[in-house]
Amino acid sequence: MSMPFFVPGDDPGASFPELLRRVGLKPETPRGPGVDLGVPHATTCIALRYADGVVMAGDRRATSGNLISHRSMEKVVQADRYSGVAIAGAAGPAMEMIKLFQLQLEHYEKVEGSFLSLEGKANQLSMMVRGNLPSAMQGMVVVPIFAGFDQRRGEGRLWAYDVTGGRYEEQEFVATGSGSLHAGTVIKLGHNPQLSGEDAITLACRALWEAADADSATGGPDALRGIYPVVATITTAGWARITDEVLAERYVAIAAESRSHQ
Amino acid sequence: MSMPFYVAPEQVMKDRADYARKGIARGRAAVALRYVDGIALVAENPSNTLRKVSEIYDRIAFAGIGKYNEYDQLRVAGVRAADLKGYQYSRDDVDARSLANSYAQMLGQIFTHEMKPMEVEILVAEVAHDSAGDQLFHILYDGTVFDEKRFSVLGGDADAMSGRLNESWSEGLDLGTALRAAVSALAGPDRTLTSDDLEVAVLSRANGRRCFQRLTDADVAAHLAADS
Repeated sequence: MSMPFFVPGDDPGASFPELLRRVGLKPETPRGPGVDLGVPHATTCIALRYADGVVMAGDRRATSGNLISHRSMEKVVQADRYSGVAIAGAAGPAMEMIKLFQLQLEHYEKVEGSFLSLEGKANQLSMMVRGNLPSAMQGMVVVPIFAGFDQRRGEGRLWAYDVTGGRYEEQEFVATGSGSLHAGTVIKLGHNPQLSGEDAITLACRALWEAADADSATGGPDALRGIYPVVATITTAGWARITDEVLAERYVAIAAESRSHQ
Repeated sequence: MSMPFYVAPEQVMKDRADYARKGIARGRAAVALRYVDGIALVAENPSNTLRKVSEIYDRIAFAGIGKYNEYDQLRVAGVRAADLKGYQYSRDDVDARSLANSYAQMLGQIFTHEMKPMEVEILVAEVAHDSAGDQLFHILYDGTVFDEKRFSVLGGDADAMSGRLNESWSEGLDLGTALRAAVSALAGPDRTLTSDDLEVAVLSRANGRRCFQRLTDADVAAHLAADS
């Protein structure tokens, strides 16, 4: 394995994607006629702000057309200690972008000796999505949401993106994927910025439940197999994933409540 | 005065080596030693911002002494090599041995072919899942690599410091004892070094995925003050 060594002035700095390009490891962008960009692919991923930070949640289903290709895909992923990223879109490029993003955050921290600010991380993700635009135009769309705890401000923050890498900070919640409209409406109705952790988690679970109920491409909780959405909180203590045991109980409660209204 | 057209290769190499050693001797020393939970790295460093000891990867750390801009360049090259390898293959495939080899090649190349050698001494340390697998690689300005089993001394009066550590080091030390041994080796009988003068970090098995952790001045002072 060669050790990259650059002359000062010609140095790619702390940018890992630029380093990849310089050592010739960036994959080629496919060329050919473009396709309609349309609505981002099958999935529902959401993030919402609450009193102590943010909650992120995402379903587990991957589809190819009408077929379910994967039941336990993790679309909400920890980016680093204080942030998480969730992606809707073509699974392969999405997973690659997540991996590269995680690596870029760690690489920056090691090379520079200090952490990237939360906004800096959001910006990095923006540039990666922008870089994916040529592939997106070939049909491999990748559209993330990004959320984290901003240590400088002491609060949670969220961003939505569009396929060109445009970055939109939101104050209440963000949602992406084919079920995002359903999930977003549920959150809008139940949200206030001072929600407690328990209520925020329940709201996130409910939003995914309603999305799965309306959108065939979004998976709901699967008690039979023990597959639940990925739900995590990000607070001053960092990223904390909610266990399947807790989610199982939460969904039992949501189901009971639904039944009691019928 | 006549100009010599021929200089014996031995003379050229010796001049380069002397130049490098003089540059290194001007700087302050550092020590790395194994302890019960992993590897402790202690450098004499009055600065709070210009770092001698740094993280390279999940289980790998770097220490450098000598000319700052040169060993910092090597540090960044190491981080890049590790991240690239982990990205292309897997995180488990990144190891200190191949990094040490790459460093040795680079330093050897620079020593022989560049106008001036690098005035640095560096260390690559890796903590394994059990104590027997911990590794310390000490690389000199000319690319010579030493694979150390107990502790490694960089720069300064290496013989004297090694001698002191020979007395005070043993297998399975706790962190406090290890730090005190390192600091008395660095300081010698005539000086006292306080936490302000030191940069301390550990690669600890107990730290989860990323084993590297810097110790604050307060932590260091507490360890140094405790009785063994």
